[in-house]
Amino acid sequence: MTPLLQVRDIEKRYGARIGCTDVSFDLYPGEVMGIVGESGSGKSTLLNCLAGHLAPDAGRVIFDTRHMGPVDTVTMSEPERRMLSRTDWAFVHQHARDGLRMSVSAGGNIGERLMAVGDRHYGRIRAAALDWLGRVEIDGARIDDRPSAFSGGMQQRLQIARNLVTGPRLVFMDEPTGGLDVSVQARLLDLLRGLVRRMGLSAIIVTHDLAVVRLLADRLMVMKDGRVVESGLTDQVLDDPQHGYTQLLVSSVLQV
Amino acid sequence: MYVAVKGGERAIENAHAWLAEERRGDTSVAELSLAQIREQLSLAVNRVMAEGSLYDPDLAALAIKQARGDLIEAIFLIRAYRTTLPRFGASRAVDTGAMACDRRISATFKDAPGGQVLGPTFDYTHRLLDFKLAAEGEVPPAPQAAPRGEPTPHITEFLGQEGLIQPEPESEAAPRDLTREPLEFPADRALRLQSLARGDEGFVLGMAYSTQRGYARNHAFVGELRIGRVAVEMDIPELGFAIEIGEVELTECETVNQFKGSKTEPPQFTRGYGLVFGQSERKAISMALVDRALRWQELGEDFLGAAAQDEEFVLSHCDNIQATGFLEHIKLPHYVDFQSELELVRKLRREAEERIAHREAAE
Amino acid sequence: MTEQAYNFAYLDEQTKRMIRRAILKALAVPGYQVPFASREMPMPYGWGTGGVQVSAATLTPEDRLKVIDQGADDTTNAVSIRKFFERTAGVATTEATQEATVIQTRHRIPEAELTEDQILVYQVPIPEPLRFLEPRETETRKMHSLQEYGLMHVKLYEDISQHGAISTAYAYPVRVAGRYVMDPSPIPKFDNPKMEMAAIQLFGAGREQRIYAVPPHTRVVSLDFEDYPFEATRADHVCDLCGAADSYLDEVIMDDAGGRMFVCSDTDYCHTRREAVA
Repeated sequence: MTPLLQVRDIEKRYGARIGCTDVSFDLYPGEVMGIVGESGSGKSTLLNCLAGHLAPDAGRVIFDTRHMGPVDTVTMSEPERRMLSRTDWAFVHQHARDGLRMSVSAGGNIGERLMAVGDRHYGRIRAAALDWLGRVEIDGARIDDRPSAFSGGMQQRLQIARNLVTGPRLVFMDEPTGGLDVSVQARLLDLLRGLVRRMGLSAIIVTHDLAVVRLLADRLMVMKDGRVVESGLTDQVLDDPQHGYTQLLVSSVLQV
Repeated sequence: MYVAVKGGERAIENAHAWLAEERRGDTSVAELSLAQIREQLSLAVNRVMAEGSLYDPDLAALAIKQARGDLIEAIFLIRAYRTTLPRFGASRAVDTGAMACDRRISATFKDAPGGQVLGPTFDYTHRLLDFKLAAEGEVPPAPQAAPRGEPTPHITEFLGQEGLIQPEPESEAAPRDLTREPLEFPADRALRLQSLARGDEGFVLGMAYSTQRGYARNHAFVGELRIGRVAVEMDIPELGFAIEIGEVELTECETVNQFKGSKTEPPQFTRGYGLVFGQSERKAISMALVDRALRWQELGEDFLGAAAQDEEFVLSHCDNIQATGFLEHIKLPHYVDFQSELELVRKLRREAEERIAHREAAE
Repeated sequence: MTEQAYNFAYLDEQTKRMIRRAILKALAVPGYQVPFASREMPMPYGWGTGGVQVSAATLTPEDRLKVIDQGADDTTNAVSIRKFFERTAGVATTEATQEATVIQTRHRIPEAELTEDQILVYQVPIPEPLRFLEPRETETRKMHSLQEYGLMHVKLYEDISQHGAISTAYAYPVRVAGRYVMDPSPIPKFDNPKMEMAAIQLFGAGREQRIYAVPPHTRVVSLDFEDYPFEATRADHVCDLCGAADSYLDEVIMDDAGGRMFVCSDTDYCHTRREAVA
């Protein structure tokens, strides 16, 4: 089977400081990869390099496109990359505000990607928006409300709906539960797990919260100072950590 | 019976006649001469020259008179006039190092070669209305000192000798010309400075002030502020050398700003720059602060979301002639657009009422 | 102003050549906004400086100029611009749509069908149709080059979801020749279908320094949804002066009691119809 994403020797520097370096991995269709580490470990830099938001200084990010097969997205033209990011890719930001249009209704937010790829039937767009509100457990009666009237948890669920409506093949998530109350986090995680399983999504999730990867990720990479210090199956890494730093991470969670 | 309104032409003529009368005011009061405006309202003249981008005190005085003292209107008259003038060529870059300074101060050094020269400044006046001026404005002559023979060096040169301030790269390349090419983004520094130099004093001041209040603060010191006259020289191809074609009065401000060091360089001060026609120091200092704020990218700083860092925001809105024209155009008729909105609102209301009636009938 | 001191049609020949180059480029790439070095004109920005510069670069001494604002020849700004060209270019002027070779307009397209011998010059306040969705020029330019026009439909979607109909009544966005989304200037959407015409259409935005164009017989499609198609609407009346049922109407308040009447916004059209009857 061809990997959906092949990451090879990605490096990003900020002057003399290392953002991330020497990162390589494969992601297969239907697989969820978790990237954990404390803040400053380079996990968000890595995610932004993978998703095309930052240009890496070295390395390749090869995506298995629908029409041309595996293509390096780092060297691909901007129009092509933008096309990818509104069709086959999705990006869920930590802060829903960064991923939503706050002055556009919930329905418009969900419908935007459909319209961007050429859907020109209002009724159909609205039906899809309603369907997705239901899937992320938002009352359909709120379809014409703006996200500014929503709670933090609802905004995050709306952002997820907006991203998934076009059936992307790869979802990038940056701390999707960060900044939410614990009870709200649990519900969101539950929802995400359901969606990932039902849609067979491939995803890369960056988080500092081990509970998130425990629930969602098949595989895990642990980052420290811009490098991957340990990787493997999620349960294996969490239950039997080999690297000292991972042991520290896991034990600090257990103490909580 | 309604007859479509005619007579716009007559109305305009009458309005113009009335305007001329109002401009003149009470005819029992002596009329202002251009020389009076040029000599006694010289800071207004300076501002009109600076933002009008035309160095001609007499024309600026005429514009102020014609505009009834409305300086933006006067700037507008000057801009509209200058755009029709043929362009013979470009002067050499003026050498502000050779400026004959009327005023030269530094906030960074207590003293420096050339000294601190206050010049004709409001700075240390008490802002008390001087009722004597209401009666008569005769003043005794100010004391005179012997003029300085040698040129006054720039303060930043002293910092530069120690490598303490970032050098600005010299270039022989002709900068893009804002008055001859459309403003396109991203704009380079030369273009930004051009735009700021003729930008609205109030707008640039507000932007500069916002950086001081924490919206992209850049810790500015007035390294030097100098006002005086410089020679303008032009290369004459037929002669093969440059000749002096005149003198202009300029205000120049260089700010010294801190920064933390970049990828490749040890910590150094950086600078902001302002250069304006005439004695216009508020504008020159403001310009230097905004120039510095706009340089965040080249200096490897973060974009903090501040308006003064946003090149498109600053440059697109600093021109008061563009701004006032567009603002005032909403006085023009918009019947047609309004009519279409009117029809739409009526239609939507009708449909809404029908829906409500329908629902009530069903209940 | 001493008329002799200025070149034909005010602008110097070099400037006119620069504007003509921009116009030619605009015609070659229909709907694309060509940056040009807009000059200060003796009228304020926002009052038609773009249209005036395009007209100045287009006019020849043999031309016959018509200037309208809100469809009418006699509105103050139309009078002022017409006088400007009478003084600086000395060209003949007319109020008759059919007799004009160059027509400068603000906010309307004349009712009478234009021919291939005519040029229609629009005054444009904001040339960027995406401006109010995305304020940044650098971003909107990218959106145009990549044809990322989804956001435009989000706006229309919002209209329908909030009001039950597309609530853009003027400056209704169009797609030109299947490529660029373009702002037709603030003409009422009633005029949009007329944009597929035989005459050359030039758009000048002075303050924003842009010129764009629609060549003759070019496809101009008003954006819409399949199930909410574009509608060119007008007041549901006939003209109280000439009886026209097919023209765009202005509503005029007649008295303190709010009495109203509806009259053609295109004064020449109305006048011509009344003459024909008399």
